[in-house]
Amino acid sequence: MTINITSPIKSREIEELAVGDSVLVSGFIYTARDTAHQRIIEALDKKKEPPFALKGQTIYYMGPSPAPPGKVIGSAGPTTSRRMDAYTPRLLDAGIKVIIGKGSRSPEVRRALKKHKAVYLAAAGGAGALLASAITEVEVIAYEDLGPEAVMRLTVENFPAVVANDIHGGDLFELGRAEYKGRKQDPEDYPTQ
Amino acid sequence: MKEIEASAITQAVARLCQEANFFLGEDVLSALRQAHQAEQSPLGREFLTQIIENARIAKEEKLPLCQDCGTAVVFLEIGQDVHIIGGDLNKAVEEGVRRGYYQGYLRKGIVSQPFSDRVNTRDNTPAVIHTEIVPGNSLKITVLPKGGGAENKSRLAMLLPNEGKRGVIEMVARTVEEAGGDPCPPLIIGLGVGGTGEKAMLMAKKALLRKVGEPNPDPEIAHLEKEVLIRVNALGVGPLGFGGTVTALAVHAEVMPTHITSLPVAVNLQCHSARHKEVTL
Repeated sequence: MTINITSPIKSREIEELAVGDSVLVSGFIYTARDTAHQRIIEALDKKKEPPFALKGQTIYYMGPSPAPPGKVIGSAGPTTSRRMDAYTPRLLDAGIKVIIGKGSRSPEVRRALKKHKAVYLAAAGGAGALLASAITEVEVIAYEDLGPEAVMRLTVENFPAVVANDIHGGDLFELGRAEYKGRKQDPEDYPTQ
Repeated sequence: MKEIEASAITQAVARLCQEANFFLGEDVLSALRQAHQAEQSPLGREFLTQIIENARIAKEEKLPLCQDCGTAVVFLEIGQDVHIIGGDLNKAVEEGVRRGYYQGYLRKGIVSQPFSDRVNTRDNTPAVIHTEIVPGNSLKITVLPKGGGAENKSRLAMLLPNEGKRGVIEMVARTVEEAGGDPCPPLIIGLGVGGTGEKAMLMAKKALLRKVGEPNPDPEIAHLEKEVLIRVNALGVGPLGFGGTVTALAVHAEVMPTHITSLPVAVNLQCHSARHKEVTL
């Protein structure tokens, strides 16, 4: 089943999401990677305004390739989320509701997601050309000096992802692995190597 | 004796950097389609479809397959009867990387000082260049743009000799299991066994250049590849780590003699976006 969600997300929508649900995200999402996270948290520590109002918003861990002529963005797939684990609980405290990245999260992040009723979505790592086609507008809103790691506001239409951590503490990476561990291949002659 | 202009090397490298980033090899595509047939997880199949579709879009629109356009790993096999004229070989390669990444709108992802400044060099240089002198009078250039997500999960283990084949298999399984979804499976697993620490890792990296699934010509090593592949695909990691029966598309092993006290095992993981292109001048 595929669920259409809009960003910023409503709490009613977030409560309906379960691990393993395929989703299509439409609306506004904000990019941030390692250094942008550091700077946002520094701003929060100094009681300064973060580059965008965090409450209820979606963060996408992504730094695109340069936009070729005639395109709004280059290749635009997710980066490894693990690198942001140390910063994530703080941003969830500040009101972030949806995070999009690739790969699994630390136990601390998973606890914080549950506590704040937020979700983590995984997108297809290595499918940057496909994911770029779901991005219709791009605006750099902060930290322009970081180049591809600047904070951008993206307008997305039907951006595909899967719910990896829901508000109940479920984890797709654990559940998926447990389900298929030790299974025999079918056809049994796969792989053909 | 054959003379090759340094400028021809620059041009070739610039073109290969772009082609590798835009066009996924037919062997990789075919392995992905087979994986889609075999994968038991519906979610895994859904994402394999996205990966295959991604390759089509990248090719049509000349967009990089992945926004991480990688470290430019360049292999040079230089015939001993080749004479390079009109410039410095390594500088010619670096210039090719610089031009290729600029002209192709590829993401520049190299930072200058790994443990402190980490300032982007803005042209994706320096490349990582591996040079080998071989018989003949031609120059083979291979460009392998290697993404960080998969490279970060590389592992080297210096096993005890008595750990043997079982030890090798378990070392790979542990590496793939711990890496989970981070290196973007389904993977191609480069495996280097023997030699010394650095030689094992180089063999593992070079093994990634083989056609996907092409077995090692030595039957005993081919058998090891198959055993490792079956073991890894039983881990359940699956496409992108979401669970499934296809965690790796292939295992490519290279083996060489080693010291009496040693059993070096190196694993170099390649994400599904297995990009490399070559040319012979």
